[in-house]
Amino acid sequence: MENIVIIGNGIAGVSAARHIRKLSDKRIIIISGETDYFFSRTALMYVYMGHMKFDHIQPYENWFWEKNRIELVRGYVTQVDPKEKQLLVDGSRAINYDKLIIATGSKPNKFGWPGQDLHGAQGLYSKQDLDLLEVNAPNKEVCKRAVIVGGGLIGIELAEMLRSRDIPVTFLVREDSFWNGVLPSGESQLINEHILEHHIDLRLGTNLKEIVADENGKVKSVIIAETGEELPCNMVGLTAGVTPNVDFLKGSGIELGRGVKVNRFLETNVEDIYAIGDCAEQHEAIGNRRPIEAVWYTGRMMGETVAQTICGNQLEYKPGHWFNSAKFLDIEYQTYGWVFSERGMKDYEEHFHWRHPEEKVCITIAFNKENNQFLGINTFGIRMRHEIFDRWLNQEKDVDYVMEHLIDANFDPEFYKNYETEIVSKYNADFQKSIKTKKKSLKRIFQIN
Amino acid sequence: MSTYDRSMALTGQPPKELSRNQKIATLIGLSGLAIILLAAFNVNFPNKALWLSISLAAITTGTIWFSWDMYSKKEPGIKNDGVWFKSISSKGFWGWIAGISLTSFYIILYFYPEYLGLVQKGDNTGVIGLFDPLSRALSGNPASQWFVYGTLYTVAILAFGIKFMWKYRHNRYERIRTMSVMFFQTAFAFIIPELMARLNGSSVLNGGSLPYYDLKNMWPLNYYNFEGYRIKGFLSSGDIGFGLLIFGILSIFVISPILTYKYGKRWYCSWVCGCGGLAETAGDSFRQLSDKTVKAWKIERWVVHSVVVFVTLMTTAVIYSYLGNDTSKYWLTKSTFLIGVGVLLTSVFALVMIFKREQFQKDAKYGAVGYLVIILALIGFHFFSGDGQVFLFKSETLRKSYSFLIGSIFSGVIGTGFYPIFGNRVWCRFGCPMAAILGFQQRLFSKFRITTNGGQCISCGNCSTYCEMGIDVRAYAQKGENIVRSSCVGCGICSAVCPRGVLKLENGPLQGRIDSNQVLLGNDVDLMTLVNKK
Repeated sequence: MENIVIIGNGIAGVSAARHIRKLSDKRIIIISGETDYFFSRTALMYVYMGHMKFDHIQPYENWFWEKNRIELVRGYVTQVDPKEKQLLVDGSRAINYDKLIIATGSKPNKFGWPGQDLHGAQGLYSKQDLDLLEVNAPNKEVCKRAVIVGGGLIGIELAEMLRSRDIPVTFLVREDSFWNGVLPSGESQLINEHILEHHIDLRLGTNLKEIVADENGKVKSVIIAETGEELPCNMVGLTAGVTPNVDFLKGSGIELGRGVKVNRFLETNVEDIYAIGDCAEQHEAIGNRRPIEAVWYTGRMMGETVAQTICGNQLEYKPGHWFNSAKFLDIEYQTYGWVFSERGMKDYEEHFHWRHPEEKVCITIAFNKENNQFLGINTFGIRMRHEIFDRWLNQEKDVDYVMEHLIDANFDPEFYKNYETEIVSKYNADFQKSIKTKKKSLKRIFQIN
Repeated sequence: MSTYDRSMALTGQPPKELSRNQKIATLIGLSGLAIILLAAFNVNFPNKALWLSISLAAITTGTIWFSWDMYSKKEPGIKNDGVWFKSISSKGFWGWIAGISLTSFYIILYFYPEYLGLVQKGDNTGVIGLFDPLSRALSGNPASQWFVYGTLYTVAILAFGIKFMWKYRHNRYERIRTMSVMFFQTAFAFIIPELMARLNGSSVLNGGSLPYYDLKNMWPLNYYNFEGYRIKGFLSSGDIGFGLLIFGILSIFVISPILTYKYGKRWYCSWVCGCGGLAETAGDSFRQLSDKTVKAWKIERWVVHSVVVFVTLMTTAVIYSYLGNDTSKYWLTKSTFLIGVGVLLTSVFALVMIFKREQFQKDAKYGAVGYLVIILALIGFHFFSGDGQVFLFKSETLRKSYSFLIGSIFSGVIGTGFYPIFGNRVWCRFGCPMAAILGFQQRLFSKFRITTNGGQCISCGNCSTYCEMGIDVRAYAQKGENIVRSSCVGCGICSAVCPRGVLKLENGPLQGRIDSNQVLLGNDVDLMTLVNKK
């Protein structure tokens, strides 16, 4: 019986294991140094905030693994020897494999700031980071102020977490508006305002110079590069993105770039070794996607794809139309298709933006100004139906069609206020159109004749 | 690691900490309860109407002030910070104290009302005496333990309903739903039946007197609706009485199936029902305590459907007991009635097995066949064993055991008393025969479903954790499957707490409603075809 070893029990590794089990009787071993059982990494924040216990963020009950004959090994893989088809766990225990899947995820970026390894300075990625946060910032007595460095998704989540315990937070963001490398300016501005509403000391266009230690080697303060200001604090959150966690593979003969280099079949340069999830790096990016995608669902899809390949249906990884979502404090964000920020905008791309006069609700629609083709949508405070936008993107609908049928795509709970009329009348005004909104049609939504 | 509070302290670090306003509000609320407690120990209040008003006002003000302080100063959004740190909402010390106190209250209420001051002949004393003025003002009669309970129940739904609406003020579905349960409790369960009691003996009712009737409370939740004394009451009260009896029959056989077909069982369980109303308002702080394991789900299915069988047998036996044998006196006799029940159950069984067979788990099929055989065999006994008894036991024994085991112990003592331990819907989930019947309709004949939004799920678990019915919502959402479960009461909280906008409660076409395929997880079609291959 073929022996499949998976390094990493995150969403990518576990999806691969589940689907290999669905398709075959192969022996499956998952090795993880982080936790005994699979958990949802994106939910770690809710454990710190007291919304859930750690048990709740484990999607499968503990009997699941034995029942499905998925063997779990706890330990860090320290070495991979492709010639012998063998790997070492914690430097000593040897495990042989017939096929190896590397799914080791990421680790927080550290950019060589002085003091970045002091006690009290930490990233937020793993279960260990969460445990460490309970030590560094258990409450507002121990942590009188926290400074967060890096204005991305993890940074704003960490800010929300600390604020739930009433800890004062200073948020250093390199860009001159929050996440504006990704979000168009109107949306980025809306989030800036919302961050301030939550009493977070947001410092835009601000960089960290160094972290200062006290006499015990603990964080005492940070110094800001632009002004030289010294900010006393007890904890520094380093949340300037993540990088593939692949250092243990150096010298193994597996080709590495920033991550593990893979082709479209998720195969590495070494036969029978695959890489999936955050740690995999495509030789060439797929469409507008990045070569390394640290996103929950891409990890899952790569796991499903590699399972097919390993079980005999060699399959190319084709992630389909881009989509994603996040939550910024109280504001939900969804995106379908491509809407680039001003910085990354394509030549042919034009935006339509609408923002509610009082509520924190806005949308941006990107379309091709040459042929009016709909390219993508960002929504804040409005939920949208994935299936509808996937369909419209497949059918290459034009932007007028999308505006006309926008209500069909709405996924907000029942009785919520709809803004389609306001949105479309602004669109008509902006582009001298006279589009009338259609009524919501279940027939269209569910494609019934 | 998170540390769970095992201490008695009401204070601590945020988000556990209570503000000064919250402490004062708690004190005011407790002082209202203290008046009732003093009355229970027979402290005789001079002006009962005044003291009762003070007490109820203090409870309401305390609750409302507490929630105003807790929610109004924060941005609208999900307010679950610290839920698992607070001892009251995480089965800590105060959770157990609350559970034990509530349980004791129910035991006294159901079995020892004399300790509350109920006096059969003469004036009430104690707590019940305290409530006499209000009862006289509404119905003209002195209070009973049920009037005391009904009043406190209504106050709880109203005060905690306001709290709930503040907590979810960004969510219109939750606000409208809560207004609905508050309205139905106050009007239908509390005021209208009391006012109806004023009509008793009047000419409108031909001099008859109606039984106490909460119109929204239908059989089998009010398992006693077709008992002899109530039928007599209805029939003695002219056209109105007869109309109410017909309404009672229509509500279970016609009205509820239609509404459940269109909207799912939520129209009842989380919009109208009083048990649901209390669970959604006063019980909201305990929703996360429901057990989500597969084991609990298995137990739930067996227990709740056994209660349905029990209530069907019991009601059949009770109606049987007061029917006659002589067709010349009344067309409905013992035999025709039993045959009717047998035909109805058999045809429901046959239709479901013919048209919906593929949707049943193996154990559900065995269960259904087993129970049908038992019921038909017991009905058969009547024709073999001669007169007197149906179903081996005296109908009165069946009625009494049901009312004790299910009506009192299950729905009251366990169902509500154990809110802080097992979660707020223990009764609705494991015990309520009404929920089981509506759930059966919801699972098989309804447009309602919770739609999963393609591939956006991140398996975080908020939906499952905050599902009061113990449904593992995430298990479906992360596979891209819609959620179609008989136990779902449609409270909408899974959709509210989802950080990625994955879930939507909606009434849509039947076609494709239960899509057990993993649709649109965000990958190209050929992978999805392979994934869905069984």
